[in-house]
Amino acid sequence: MNFFKFFILILIVFTFNLSKADEIQLQNKITKNLRCLICQGQSVYDSDSEFAISLKLVVKNKIEKGLNEKQIYEFLTEKYGEWILYDPQLNKNTYFLWFLPLLIFLFGGAIIIKKLVIIKK
Amino acid sequence: MKNRIVYYLLVIFFIFVFVIFYRGLNNSNLYTPNTNIKIVPEFTSETLLKKKSVDSKDIFNKEDYYLLNIWASWCIPCKDEHPFLVNLGNSKRIEIIGLNYKDNLNNAEKFINELGNPYSTILLDRDGTKAIEWGAFGVPETFLIYKNKIIKRYIGPLNSNLVNEINNYIK
Repeated sequence: MNFFKFFILILIVFTFNLSKADEIQLQNKITKNLRCLICQGQSVYDSDSEFAISLKLVVKNKIEKGLNEKQIYEFLTEKYGEWILYDPQLNKNTYFLWFLPLLIFLFGGAIIIKKLVIIKK
Repeated sequence: MKNRIVYYLLVIFFIFVFVIFYRGLNNSNLYTPNTNIKIVPEFTSETLLKKKSVDSKDIFNKEDYYLLNIWASWCIPCKDEHPFLVNLGNSKRIEIIGLNYKDNLNNAEKFINELGNPYSTILLDRDGTKAIEWGAFGVPETFLIYKNKIIKRYIGPLNSNLVNEINNYIK
């Protein structure tokens, strides 16, 4: 019977861990998408600079406060500008960035079709 | 005929690329963020020396110029800029608020005792989260505030040119 109680206790402890694991996962997901502004070519997740450590803490606090991913990105872009996000948002400054690959793809497709038409003839 | 068109297109393309890269050479490679924080963020904070908690509304309450300086005793450039802050503080025309960033409190007190205290209040930021509310990168960093709005920010230590600029503002 004692063993059974012990088993239940362990089960409870592990469930607590799991509920926290979601938060940590979200925190990691967010910090991987944040540029460490004072490092070179590192994400906040990867960096151990003072700035990154604090930023991880801020993200953790915001998650605990109940903010979702998008709200946290909004908060940080308000403070640090778009540059802090690795994944740029779609707006008039980034239309070119987002649609250029598509344009190149269409252009390439057009060339291929043209070649095929010539070969068929 | 077709070869010629390709040739001209290539030349135009290379000129285009050259112009873009040549213009890029003159751009500063220091990134200063375009932040939208114009208004002083609200927070409560512990203070060094006086050992009490203060609210941001009680600090930036006058319709006047304030200077918020983020510093730490472990930061060498902060030592360099400190004499400028002491001078500015002595002139009594501007109130300087310190934000002590991730510091050992004993060391911070030593720093102030050795080099002088230009700050009217020294706020404490033990974990660096308050500096992020300000959109700061690290130490040293200075914000010029007028009527509860951030009008200028200086990333890195102040020097005589920047102090002159501040003096022009508060004249």
